[in-house]
Amino acid sequence: MTAAPVLDVRGLSYVLPGPAVGNRALVRDVSFAVGAGETLVLLGRSGSGKTTTLKLINRLLEPTAGTVLVDGRPAREADPTALRRGIGYVIQEVGLFPHYTVERNVGLVPALLGWDAQRIGSRVAELLRLVGLDPAIHGQRRPHELSGGQRQRVGVARALAADPPLLLLDEPFGALDPITRAELQREFGALQRRLGKAMVFVTHDVREAQRLGTRIGLMREGRLVFLGTPEEFGRSQDSESRAFREAGA
Amino acid sequence: MSLLHFYALHGGETLGLLGEHLLLVGVSTIAAVGIGVPLGIFLTRRPAWRGPVLGVANVLQTIPSLALFGLLIPLPLIGGIGARTAIVALIVYALLPIIRNTYAGITGVEPAVREAGRGMGMTDGELLRRVELPLAAGVILAGIRVATVIGVGVATIAAAVGAGGLGVYIFRGVATVDDTLILAGALPAALLALAVDALFGALERRTAWR
Repeated sequence: MTAAPVLDVRGLSYVLPGPAVGNRALVRDVSFAVGAGETLVLLGRSGSGKTTTLKLINRLLEPTAGTVLVDGRPAREADPTALRRGIGYVIQEVGLFPHYTVERNVGLVPALLGWDAQRIGSRVAELLRLVGLDPAIHGQRRPHELSGGQRQRVGVARALAADPPLLLLDEPFGALDPITRAELQREFGALQRRLGKAMVFVTHDVREAQRLGTRIGLMREGRLVFLGTPEEFGRSQDSESRAFREAGA
Repeated sequence: MSLLHFYALHGGETLGLLGEHLLLVGVSTIAAVGIGVPLGIFLTRRPAWRGPVLGVANVLQTIPSLALFGLLIPLPLIGGIGARTAIVALIVYALLPIIRNTYAGITGVEPAVREAGRGMGMTDGELLRRVELPLAAGVILAGIRVATVIGVGVATIAAAVGAGGLGVYIFRGVATVDDTLILAGALPAALLALAVDALFGALERRTAWR
């Protein structure tokens, strides 16, 4: 990689505010960089700090130490709202707006950015097709009229709407049945190669990590205990890496 | 004298009292919405204020209506005999359901929806206008419905402080032991409450987004 990474995280830490009772450091000194076309999978147990790390990147939480550079610019100096509009964000519960149609959900960020209706319309149709939905059939539906897998597809389309260079995905397929999950993983892999975005993908599923990650970052108790390619992960002698490999075998 | 006969003779006067009644309830409800909805929204942003604000509204709501009128009369500016005192009392009664339902409606929005909105870069104002208020509209409207129906009832007592309304017939009828006169006020008041309730019910169904 010659160009500056899309996302550069250095020494990121997050300590819960309030009196120092017990362990309040949720993220400790985490550093990594993600370039265009790369997917870094943050793998770890529940409570290991994966989700918190994502929220520190788009400033849903403010880091207590360390820096986050998005496209070479410090996130701390950006307006949080503008920063988030330039970063796609997908969460496990999807969080589609139930009172909006699929089209309006997907077109939300472009609408906030002031795109005209025609441009939004064609972009929404393009994205729905990209994630395997038919704009004519699904566009006017409300989220409760969709299956879990379809909702998650809409969530991905929504995150891609304004063509952000960086995507943060927090266990996007975690709530799906195994078959739908495998299907979406397969399609997501193809999408990654086509789009060339920088992605940070959080999961606790080691097989998902090995399938989708160009690199895997393993987190434990707020620290990044391993960072490397899936092949390196497969050989890693780190105890947490071994524990995850055994769990996935 | 039968009720129909009474209305045939005093139709104009009855309509006048009905108009006063509607005005009392209308003005006070609109004012209570204007105060209560923003206050409810404020509480969702500053949860520490929730206890004190709802506590005060709750205490005010608990004061018996006739006693509240009595307490307000001696107060300067807002008190005295007449519609002004009645409107203040009606606002006070309408506040609790409106504040409480606005707060409950907004806090009842699924956390994932709020997080997704914030994560996509919606400002607090955009989140409120585009997501939280539309999703909470049904619950807020239910609060306004309760407040209005209470208002129709309490407004009948407003006649005791010279504010007019359908309560005039009821108090006059009680004083003169005239059942027809009592009914002449009580029946339209009751029907008005039912009509208002039905109207808001229909409105609530229209705001339902599912």
